[in-house]
Amino acid sequence: MPQLDQILGTYASQIFWLLVVFGTIYLLIGKGMLPKVEQTIDARDRRIAEDLAAAELARVAAADSEHGWQDALEAGRNEAVRTTQTAKDAAAKASAIRLADVDAALHAKLAEGEAAVQKALASAQADLESVGAELTGDLVARLSGATITDAKISKSVKAVMGNA
Amino acid sequence: MAAEGGKIDPMHQFLVEPLFGNSLTLGGYNIAFTNSALWMVLTLVAIWVFMLGGMKRELVPGRWQAAVEGASSFISNMVHANIGPEGKKFTPYIFSLFMFILVANVLGMMPVGIVPNVHPFTVTSHITVTGVLAIVSFSMVLIVGFARHGLHFFSLFVPHGTPALMLPLIVPIELISFLIRPFSLGLRLFVAMTAGHILMKVLAGFVIGGLNAEAAWVAPVVGLPVFVLMVGISVLELLVCAIQAYVFALLTSLYLNDAVNLH
Repeated sequence: MPQLDQILGTYASQIFWLLVVFGTIYLLIGKGMLPKVEQTIDARDRRIAEDLAAAELARVAAADSEHGWQDALEAGRNEAVRTTQTAKDAAAKASAIRLADVDAALHAKLAEGEAAVQKALASAQADLESVGAELTGDLVARLSGATITDAKISKSVKAVMGNA
Repeated sequence: MAAEGGKIDPMHQFLVEPLFGNSLTLGGYNIAFTNSALWMVLTLVAIWVFMLGGMKRELVPGRWQAAVEGASSFISNMVHANIGPEGKKFTPYIFSLFMFILVANVLGMMPVGIVPNVHPFTVTSHITVTGVLAIVSFSMVLIVGFARHGLHFFSLFVPHGTPALMLPLIVPIELISFLIRPFSLGLRLFVAMTAGHILMKVLAGFVIGGLNAEAAWVAPVVGLPVFVLMVGISVLELLVCAIQAYVFALLTSLYLNDAVNLH
């Protein structure tokens, strides 16, 4: 096995070159290049973490503003409902008042009409009596030739019409 | 693969050979630039090129950058899970360890042997290399442990709720299991890579031997099944490459957790 057979002749060279090479690797690569690579990784991780935090913040802000918007919407809707209700109430009150006015006017008109009808009826009745009495006087005169006083005729006509 | 006289020596791949002569010395020690050193440098270059893809630092990563970030967050997550927030300062070391072992393992598996005179070399199949890595890890555990907890670090050998009667038995067991860690750490990787590469070379030797055999029946009866087996073993070895790198890094972070958090 050359590793053991040659060891006395080569150990110094092996150790020397190993220390030179490994020392160079340690200083140049381990101490020089590796930290830069690690910095790059750390910077990237930090940036990703920061971006995630910013995204989370933005998400919270968006949720907040959405909340506010919902609240505003709710308030607006309530306000609208209240306004509508007030307007509805006012309109109902106004219409009730107008209805009462119109009702009263109509009642007055109706009473007026009724009175006129009553009056017309009475005058018609009176006309009818006088016409009836005249007619009756004529009829009696033609049929019997007797002349009856107007007062008698009108009395009996009244009696007949009162029974009719 | 040294095919000397038709024979394939499965051990030749582990041979360390100087590439530019044997003359380079430092303080009396021979530190010649060998094929082993070359593959270490190639490992370094491969990791560096890989990591360059992570330097674009774009917010939305491309495939390459995503791969680099995946590898580094894999290790930093593992360190964080095992050591906790205080483990962050060990991430560069564990990452370097993981990447070095992984890339060295995988580079050793690369089929560059098809180019004449180019031999792949698996750095991590050498006990010298894995041993040094294990000793570095273990030293770190000791230094961090004693620096943070002082002599109180020895309470690591007394698990919670141990009856006083059991202490003479438990403490030596815990001590031995602690002291054995660098050996198991280094040997595990060394043995896994060595065994895997020997197995592959022996099987490859069967395939080539079967094709070269004088009897015609040997090639289909021996060569073909062994070749199919080799494909499977190669896939398994790639898995072992990743698992051994992961195990080394994971155990190092577990041991560091002992030192940092002390139970």
